[in-house]
Amino acid sequence: MRRWLTLAASAAVLLSTATASAAEKPDELKIGITAFLSGPASVFGEPAKAAADMMIEEMNAAGGIGGVPIRAFFVDEGAGGEAVLSEYRRLVQDVEVDAMFASISSGNCNKVAPLAEDLKVLNFMWDCGTQRIFEENDYRYVFRTQGNATPEMLSTVLYLLKTKPDFQSIAVVNQDYAWGRDSWAIFSTALKALKPDVEVVAEFFPKFGTPDFSTEISRLQAMRPDVILSTSWGGDLDTFVRQASQRGLTNTSTLVLPLAESSLERLGNALPPGHIVGGRGDHYFLHPEKKSDPEFAEFVEAFREKTGAYPIYPVFHMSQALNALKAAYEKAIEANGGEWPSHEQVVDAMQGLKFQGLGREVQIRSDGQGIEAMLLGTTTKADGYDFAVLDNMMLFDGGQITTPVGEVSLEWLGTLDQDFLDGIEVESFSHGQ
Amino acid sequence: MNAQLFALAVFDGVAYAALVFMVAVGLTLIFGVLRILNVAHGSFYAIGAYLTASIGGAIFAAGYAPWLALPLMFLAAAIVGIVLGGPIERLLLRRIYAKEDALQLLVTFAVFMILEDVQRLIWGTQPYFEATALQQLGNIEVFGVFYTTYQLVVLPLVAITVLISLRLFLRKTLSGKLILAVTEDRETATAIGIDADKVYLLTFVVGAALAGFGGALASATTSVVPGMGADMIVLSFAVVATAGLGQIEGAAIAALLIGLGRSFAVYLMPELQVLIPYLIMLLVLLVRPEGLFGVVRTRKI
Amino acid sequence: MTLRIAVPIVLLAIVALLPLVAPWSQVVLTLALAKGLAVLGIVLLLHAGQVSFGHALFFAVAAYSAAFLGEAFAGGELVMMIVLGLGASLFFGLMVGLFVVRYRHIFFGMLNLAFSMIFYSILEKFYHVTGGADGMQVARPTVVGIEMERAGFETLLFYGSLVLCVAVAFCIHRFLSSPIGNMFKTIKTNETRLEYLGISARRTLLVGYVVSAGLCGLGGVLMAVAQGIVTPEYAWWIRSGELVFIAILGGAGSVAGAFVGAIIYEAVRVNAAAFAADVWQMVLGFFLLAIILFASRGLVGLYERLMDRLESKKPQAKEPQEKRVPGAAE
Repeated sequence: MRRWLTLAASAAVLLSTATASAAEKPDELKIGITAFLSGPASVFGEPAKAAADMMIEEMNAAGGIGGVPIRAFFVDEGAGGEAVLSEYRRLVQDVEVDAMFASISSGNCNKVAPLAEDLKVLNFMWDCGTQRIFEENDYRYVFRTQGNATPEMLSTVLYLLKTKPDFQSIAVVNQDYAWGRDSWAIFSTALKALKPDVEVVAEFFPKFGTPDFSTEISRLQAMRPDVILSTSWGGDLDTFVRQASQRGLTNTSTLVLPLAESSLERLGNALPPGHIVGGRGDHYFLHPEKKSDPEFAEFVEAFREKTGAYPIYPVFHMSQALNALKAAYEKAIEANGGEWPSHEQVVDAMQGLKFQGLGREVQIRSDGQGIEAMLLGTTTKADGYDFAVLDNMMLFDGGQITTPVGEVSLEWLGTLDQDFLDGIEVESFSHGQ
Repeated sequence: MNAQLFALAVFDGVAYAALVFMVAVGLTLIFGVLRILNVAHGSFYAIGAYLTASIGGAIFAAGYAPWLALPLMFLAAAIVGIVLGGPIERLLLRRIYAKEDALQLLVTFAVFMILEDVQRLIWGTQPYFEATALQQLGNIEVFGVFYTTYQLVVLPLVAITVLISLRLFLRKTLSGKLILAVTEDRETATAIGIDADKVYLLTFVVGAALAGFGGALASATTSVVPGMGADMIVLSFAVVATAGLGQIEGAAIAALLIGLGRSFAVYLMPELQVLIPYLIMLLVLLVRPEGLFGVVRTRKI
Repeated sequence: MTLRIAVPIVLLAIVALLPLVAPWSQVVLTLALAKGLAVLGIVLLLHAGQVSFGHALFFAVAAYSAAFLGEAFAGGELVMMIVLGLGASLFFGLMVGLFVVRYRHIFFGMLNLAFSMIFYSILEKFYHVTGGADGMQVARPTVVGIEMERAGFETLLFYGSLVLCVAVAFCIHRFLSSPIGNMFKTIKTNETRLEYLGISARRTLLVGYVVSAGLCGLGGVLMAVAQGIVTPEYAWWIRSGELVFIAILGGAGSVAGAFVGAIIYEAVRVNAAAFAADVWQMVLGFFLLAIILFASRGLVGLYERLMDRLESKKPQAKEPQEKRVPGAAE
């Protein structure tokens, strides 16, 4: 049915391009952005909103997109799934937005993707991580302007194997919801394929928002695994790391925290040197390739001035979504002979689109998934920062570590072997570099 | 499960029970006197935590002595009790004592909803963490496992102190005896000239302050985040209902039961961890509807 | 036809026609009607003087039944979902009811809370069966074997729900004025008298309890298919609180109030989320306080009071009052 629809839609597009009709240039380009402005995940939503406001202002000052200023409408994901869906409809059907950026939560992405397809609106999954969406369904209108859980977790495994090749045992403490479960499934599948002799000594999935990990920490101290993985984020991650370091767990085990880039500044001294940190892509305010770029440095300073904190990964994701939109419109305008493109023409322009936000260049591939580089590092102390910064950073190319089009992540990961490991190209950087 | 793990589970369970008790005891005290199940109690807990974490963060960053952490907790509790609890009882609850149970509960539910947003407006959404009190006291090593002195010793001691002082307060002081009298029989107490209004106000302020104190204590061990009140309130409901509504000593036992049940679940069957409090509550209520220590009251005809 | 009857009919017509003017309101209204059905279950229990703080349990039971059916049969069938959801909620209602009808007032409320929280924790914990905290997708089902497009399905769902709500409201109205309905109400006013008459109060309450669980179940299925997703949050205690909130808002004990309350609640919620994103909970909180303190008979009570006043000074009852008057949807 859906395939047939897509076919019909593409036929309609062909027809409309055949008649070379230029759409009328609007007064403003409206985008709807869903983000957590309340609830625990607002640690991501608030910085992203602040970044969106700053970037849109800057883009508009420079003439907007193709001469059209951008206007953003925000939806609070914290109000619950129902509210998000009804707001989504209202924005598309009533306000008639030109594109939607939805969303932070993978749960919401799951709900929104089929709706976007039904409503025929361009939708960027600008922050959610679930790798399933494009593996389980085909979409015409839905794209992801960043990587997904598979490269995020696979790069973490690779970094761990490169920096700590001799570890024997691992335990996991993840939040009990899809991200916590799925990320562990990806991580453990990849680990089992690449280093089968590792023993998994404990798997904890404490409830999301748990205020107290004392019991888990006692048990972990009694077992002393070499490595403890936690893909938690926000308050949960902060609590876990602080309680772990207070009780000396960080002296006996290496923590592997693929999302801790977003907690570094808040954690201050609680996260000691020598632990592994990632940021869901090449997202880091001291990005080794970008930090000397004046535009990047200027943005980091301006953001810090506005919000009082260094930018974290959702800010990078927001910049990628906005730049993807700009690049798509510019590409579509060019393809349309300089005329303002129709919505369908913009959607067509997304195929193979290359764009660059604050990090390295990202490319959209044929299934709508973005290919994004991954950065991980090990915490260290450095002058000028009263919190842990990254050293021994590695940048992984996204193309190698993202599940190929048409394959399912967990199956693909199971086929990885030593040859794959040897073939991985990686660039290393140290803190001062 | 060997002796070492058994001991570890007991320690963890007791530390957790101490925190839960601090919140539940205020809830049960308020119910005992006002006959209102106060949903906003969860907000008092969260606000106590926020106050301690934010003020503490500010003054310790400014270089004040770390020993101020404990007085600060009392201050936060007092603010919650007097600034929040007082006006809520005087201006709001006083108007609804004559109404149905459900309406009374809904009023506190409304207050809870309002306070959730108030917290967000004041403190934003970023987690707060302020562990000076805990770091000051260092760690203790037991069976090769490090515990913080704060959790292993201080929290249980504070909980026992609160329990004993509440008992002394209720039994030995005049205000306490007045509260007991009103709990026992509101009409008779009023008839013999006890100012029930004052007793209600006092109870609510003390109860709210206890919740705030619980939050203040918890803030040293955990991140203070939006939504922490909603989770705590159902948990303390479970403790209070298990113990029997209005039972202070019972709340201590029930908190211990639930705390131990939870920590043993982490060792034996982690999947059951979140179910434990409700399972215990359900089992107890099915056998003893009035709770473990509740007194059967004759239903008025 | 008097104004008292005319206004509700006009309002019903407005609700029925609104989606033609504002298409996005269609799903919001469907959700409101689904909640309205569940609220009706709460209203029913209020007639017996009991308040459940755990009825979201039955809502979730039915919603998950529909989701499991959809998953098992690749999409599933709407009629089957409704039948299964209703059946599951009635069954759970009977099982839980057998325990809770022995208790009254706060204990009744708490025990319900405990059951719903256990179910909530199970839904959240058993990730591999229930999808954990993220819940399960509910693909668009067929309707009597016919596959439908989104727009057609949503329209059908909305008008189907509207018809269902009117029918159910009528049945509940009849139930309450039937002999068993009156016995049911006696549990609130004088339970002992009921026992003296040789009638088991527990059994009477059980009947009402099972019916109320079924109503929540119907609402749950509609919610699940309208939303396309079910999450453990359906059974969360705040959801149960919300149902009681709406019942009081509409007018405790009023059948029509359940739906009026649900529609107003959803409207306030959607608007507050859109225009006061930072403080939507606060807006709802103050709204609830205002209702309890100043209009404890709810919106329907306000309406009745207004009509009484209009009728007492009869002839000039032609003022365009509709705006102020939240009337009945039944």
